[in-house]
Amino acid sequence: MELTVNGVRHDVISPPLTTLLNVLREELYVTSPKAGCEQGGCGACTVHVDGRPRRACLLPLAAVEGAEITTVEGLSEGEELSTVQAAFHEHYAAQCGFCTSGFVMAAEALVNAEPAHPVGRDEIIEALSGHVCRCTGYAKILDAVAAASRGEGSVDNEPAFASTGGEPEGGAPTKGAPA
Amino acid sequence: MGGSPIGAAEVIVAASRGEAIDAFGDGAGVTVVAGGTIVMPDITHRRRDAERVVLIGNAGMSGISSEGGRTVIGAATTLADLSDAVEPLGTCARRVADIEIREQATIGGNLCAPPGVESPRGDLQAALLVLDAQIRSAGAGGERTDPVEDVLAADGSRLVLDISIAEPEAAATATVRRPHAHAYTVMRVCAARVDGEVRIAVSGAAPRAVRLKACEAAAAGGADAATTAERALEDVTPSDDALASGWYRAKVLPVLVRDALTQLG
Repeated sequence: MELTVNGVRHDVISPPLTTLLNVLREELYVTSPKAGCEQGGCGACTVHVDGRPRRACLLPLAAVEGAEITTVEGLSEGEELSTVQAAFHEHYAAQCGFCTSGFVMAAEALVNAEPAHPVGRDEIIEALSGHVCRCTGYAKILDAVAAASRGEGSVDNEPAFASTGGEPEGGAPTKGAPA
Repeated sequence: MGGSPIGAAEVIVAASRGEAIDAFGDGAGVTVVAGGTIVMPDITHRRRDAERVVLIGNAGMSGISSEGGRTVIGAATTLADLSDAVEPLGTCARRVADIEIREQATIGGNLCAPPGVESPRGDLQAALLVLDAQIRSAGAGGERTDPVEDVLAADGSRLVLDISIAEPEAAATATVRRPHAHAYTVMRVCAARVDGEVRIAVSGAAPRAVRLKACEAAAAGGADAATTAERALEDVTPSDDALASGWYRAKVLPVLVRDALTQLG
């Protein structure tokens, strides 16, 4: 079967009832979608199918043949993070990161929905309500998605804190960097 | 734990309603997958034999139309597409899970949901009961139409093609929900007045939705909402599951019946 993932067409050999999640992770080594509950309840496996967020653990391969699959790996242009990705970074919206891929894909669909419109907190909660996070308590995730919906990603993708050891990239040391 | 390996299954992706009917045949050994939100975990985790699997999600079996004063809904119509459906179906559809699930789950799958073990399934069944749903299906003996009560009582060996529902004069719901980001339904009473008659059903009190006929008889006899509600437990004995105990459900069901009937007016 043929599967287009992040713009790349693959010839896939997994059996037709294999879940899209397992095809992505086990056959194609696209590992951003995570195997959480594996029954559609947690949202860690969410990817885009023809631009809409879907649970990859609930989709048999045969049902998505010919579709365009997008994962987190396909969001950034080289090293340029998407607005949602940058906002998640800027607002510290991830801790262990297991749920983050799913949340990011859900947020991308919301933030990029047509027609573009400012998104209130209730609408964000509704759109993300299928996603479970055990670490963050959700507050920073909601902040990040609200910021992204206002077009507020990080301006230059410079890290907020210096890297450990050696000179920070980009020259001038930031606050608290080793001398 | 049975279940054949996923690789051994014969998988047919139906591209039309006719192909779906042919592939289904008499249904022996066939698993139908529409949205897959209920069936796929059972297949993936080998709780269900996957000998011959027919995928009908792209077989042109979705869509909503009008026929002779009734609304006809294709079996593969997603719950998201039913958000604005006639009440109480619209409320039931909007309150299932989250948007990602609702854009994939179908009304046919919801109707055919095997009884839940740990929690209720088939949130739309009570709405279909009060809207006098007629189910067109294919299978052994060819196509036929059955009332939804018969389909819910049967063993699920037919392919649901479409569902037609009445236009009610009034409709109401009363729900117990469990708090969550998308507060999900523990138990819901649906009520509707169709052709002057009050119909009442409950989902989440039993493995499948149940019509509360004793309540309907009381209402038809002119009893008020509170008096009618006292008969709620004559047609169902609620059971325990992970969401609520049978005892709790039995306490709450008459309250929901009273509330729904009061709203119905």
